[in-house]
Amino acid sequence: MSEVLDRDALLTVTPVPGVEVDERAARRSLREQIAKLEAELGMLFCSTYPRKGFQWDVPSRGGPRILSTGELERLRDDLLDKLDHNRKLLSDRTYVEDLNRRRIEEMMLDPAAHKWVRIANEDIGEPGCKHWHVRPRYGLLGMLMNWWRVRISSGCPLARGRGRRP
Amino acid sequence: MSADPPLRPGWVAPEVADEFPELGLVLTDADARGGRTMPHVRERLRTLSNRFTGARAVTLRQEPVPWAYRVFFRQAGIDPDERRTPIEQIAIDRLTHGGFKAAGRVDDALLIATLETAVPVLAFDAERLDGELGLRLTRSGERLGGDGRSLAGSQIAIADGSRAVAVLFGDTAEAVVPTRETKRIVLVAVRVKGVPAVSVEEALWSAAELLEESG
Repeated sequence: MSEVLDRDALLTVTPVPGVEVDERAARRSLREQIAKLEAELGMLFCSTYPRKGFQWDVPSRGGPRILSTGELERLRDDLLDKLDHNRKLLSDRTYVEDLNRRRIEEMMLDPAAHKWVRIANEDIGEPGCKHWHVRPRYGLLGMLMNWWRVRISSGCPLARGRGRRP
Repeated sequence: MSADPPLRPGWVAPEVADEFPELGLVLTDADARGGRTMPHVRERLRTLSNRFTGARAVTLRQEPVPWAYRVFFRQAGIDPDERRTPIEQIAIDRLTHGGFKAAGRVDDALLIATLETAVPVLAFDAERLDGELGLRLTRSGERLGGDGRSLAGSQIAIADGSRAVAVLFGDTAEAVVPTRETKRIVLVAVRVKGVPAVSVEEALWSAAELLEESG
């Protein structure tokens, strides 16, 4: 019974004398898996744009050269890990972005309940410099009178300024 | 209007062909007419710059041909986010410099050909090559171009009959880079699995035509 439960012994394949193991099929399969993972990483990369903080690099293997089967396996595993990690990160980010979108709606409905809250485009996963900021109307007077409003910025500053005054 | 120049395949060493059956070189010859960028090529580069936006740069890796080169980079042990594929490097240079920079007739021809097809095209001085070009693994202790930097063993290299003249998707030996004195150029396109033959042909014909035009 103990022999049957010995998992390591079961997984160990004893080479049959006179039979050569052709690695080519395994290597071809690994290369196909790598191609598929690269496609999925490419799609994920586009989905994450313009968010920052994602790591896409998978260490190189000193190429261009022919990788051993072990190296191909490790590369496949590294790509898979990177894909999983970035998928989870994107999932977390989109959850927070969704909360921020909801918060913008609440800010618009009741600015006084969200004093000084500022949410930028980056916080909702969109490009650009636009932001929503709850500020008092008329400065100090608005603060004292509890006149709050959401101020929406007009976007990114112009690269060359507004130009000369007319 | 001249006919398209004939294309021919480069040789591939068995050990490379065994691992990457669809990897190969496609070659053609063109008259070398070096010198400054022609005005109409400069205009073409400007138009291409305007058409190449940041959005295109982001989605580039999802396009079939750029993706095929990324896959080959991975399979050959290169991280394409560390050493960019030629088309991605062009995209990054475009975003960094705000446009495609004209760099002389030969370089412009290679840039436009790669940009329009995503297939990398290289140029070698035909008179300084020893026979046809092909792909093989480098030997231990071998030097780039015969007398250049020493190469790591078993790297995939573009070689002529006697020496490795370039590391595949890497540096090229100074001795075979076209110069002002070059009279004939060998244009080389690197084909990998997933790249249609028509894209490779288009890249070479486009580069050859630009070189011929510029005379």
